[in-house]
Amino acid sequence: MSATRPVARLAWLSRLWALGTGRFGLIVVAVVVATAIVAVFWTPFPPQQVDIAARWSSPGWPHLLGTDDTGRDILSLLMAGARTTLMVSIGAGAVATLLGIALASLGALTTRWVRETVAVLIDILVAFPVLIIAMMITAVWGGSLGVVIWAVGIGFGVNIARVTRAELRRVLHSEFVLAGRASGLSPAQNLWRHLLPNVAPVFIVQLSWAMAVAVLAEAGLSYLGFGAPVTEPSWGVLLEQLQRYVSVYPLTVVWPGLAITVTVLGLNLLGDGLREATDPTLSRRTAASRVHVPEVVS
Amino acid sequence: MRYAVTRMVLLLAGLLVASVLIFLTLRVLPGDVAAVIGGTTSSPEQVAAIREGLGLDRPLAAQYTDWIGGLLRGDLGTSLLTGAPVADELASKAQVTVPLGVLSLLIALAFSIPLGVASALRRGRADGTALSVAAQSLAAVPVVWAGLMLVVIFAVWLGWLPAQGFPRNGWSDPGAAIRSLILPALTIGVVEGAMLMRFVRSATLQAIGQDYVRTAAAKGLTRTRALIRHGLPNVALSIITVLGLQVAGIVVGAVIIEQLFSLPGIGRMLVTDVGQRDLPKVQSELLALTGFVLVIGFVVDLVQRLIDPRQREAA
Repeated sequence: MSATRPVARLAWLSRLWALGTGRFGLIVVAVVVATAIVAVFWTPFPPQQVDIAARWSSPGWPHLLGTDDTGRDILSLLMAGARTTLMVSIGAGAVATLLGIALASLGALTTRWVRETVAVLIDILVAFPVLIIAMMITAVWGGSLGVVIWAVGIGFGVNIARVTRAELRRVLHSEFVLAGRASGLSPAQNLWRHLLPNVAPVFIVQLSWAMAVAVLAEAGLSYLGFGAPVTEPSWGVLLEQLQRYVSVYPLTVVWPGLAITVTVLGLNLLGDGLREATDPTLSRRTAASRVHVPEVVS
Repeated sequence: MRYAVTRMVLLLAGLLVASVLIFLTLRVLPGDVAAVIGGTTSSPEQVAAIREGLGLDRPLAAQYTDWIGGLLRGDLGTSLLTGAPVADELASKAQVTVPLGVLSLLIALAFSIPLGVASALRRGRADGTALSVAAQSLAAVPVVWAGLMLVVIFAVWLGWLPAQGFPRNGWSDPGAAIRSLILPALTIGVVEGAMLMRFVRSATLQAIGQDYVRTAAAKGLTRTRALIRHGLPNVALSIITVLGLQVAGIVVGAVIIEQLFSLPGIGRMLVTDVGQRDLPKVQSELLALTGFVLVIGFVVDLVQRLIDPRQREAA
């Protein structure tokens, strides 16, 4: 098993690449990550540099996507915004991962009554919209990027827990887990070596959808003023700032919205592709029938 | 019947958990709500006065039972800032939000069902693929941006509809009121509908592959007629399953869209109250919204159970 694993890993990557949707998703995500990294060191202009003389420049040279009401370069703001978006989605992904694994393990591997209680709790919590969680947190601590990370992380962590729990229960009854137990592995070793690797595909797919939700939520919450502070370059904040001039300069609003849409689409398709590539039992027909309905946040 | 009771218990448990979570988050975690409300400039005496006014000096359990007892009697508490009863404000703002939500849902259903079925029937052909790509892309659009683009097209360029606002005298001029709700409802409807459309498409694809549809086709119906007679009832069932999610999506969409279009609805009120930290009001509003989403989920599950003979027999 372990000797074939590197090969198997490559296999799913090439399967993912072979799918049109998966390739699109991979490329978009790679571009966003690369942009965010580049933006740490270099942007065409300092993102927050005010240049009143150059305000509302139309797209062209040197401002490729034009400037806003204070002459800030929109391309630079978008690049710096990618950094914020990436940070938020990684943060939310991490929170969702930890919460998801913890709840799923509690709900699948413990004694019966703990298991059932956690399952009911998960069913209840799943109904909480992310925005409501975000508002609860904001009402107390005020708005910040942390609010977005926690709200999406908690909201989607519960979703992940529900799916992963079902998967864990299924794998738990498989023979190799029994064999692991019989050969003297402790429950923790068994979890680490046999259970988690087998639920990982389901989990990673959920995670990429969670990150798509995080990007949308960052935009929506920052727009409402509950997310990034106005001094922080963020796609949501930019959208909010440009919205005031939408009747005069309608085209500037296109850019941040397009950035968000393409990123979300990329993450969604990456999730779809990963699901198809990692699940050998999924034929084309059943893949189409198991469409995911993402939770709406913004 | 047994299912209804079990589901009812789950609903009540959900409401209980929701109320406890909202209550605890808003009261216990921050340390001192009164200090938060008073702000950094208030003196310790002022903070103490706020604390007493809110009943925060009493034990938590007593505060919680007071709140829930009030809720059960229809008393949602009063606003910290205006002193107005929360229930009255919710009722008056609902006159904007409820029509907005209903209109959004109707728009979403009206275009997602025919287009979803069409994109499944035309799968593999250019137009089917185009529909599917369009749905996938629209589902990734942030609601705010969809709204802005619609404003640019229909209000700025074409000038057909108002870009923002709601008539000051409300529904006394129904024409003007509806006109100001069209763009917001269209925004939510399009984004929600795109998601619904993907679901309708996959449900239809699944129905096409079913044995009974194939049998009907073998007995002489055309493929499309077989699907409409025997497949679509099943598609309708699966649409009902996601309707709960859709309603939750519309509630969330309304919060953002009311802000964008300056509509005086529940969502906008909630955003303002959260911003002003009107905690007693936020607490009841959040529970009202969560409760609404939970109740819709409950109703959807029951309806589905009632009209799906397979589920009834399984019980």
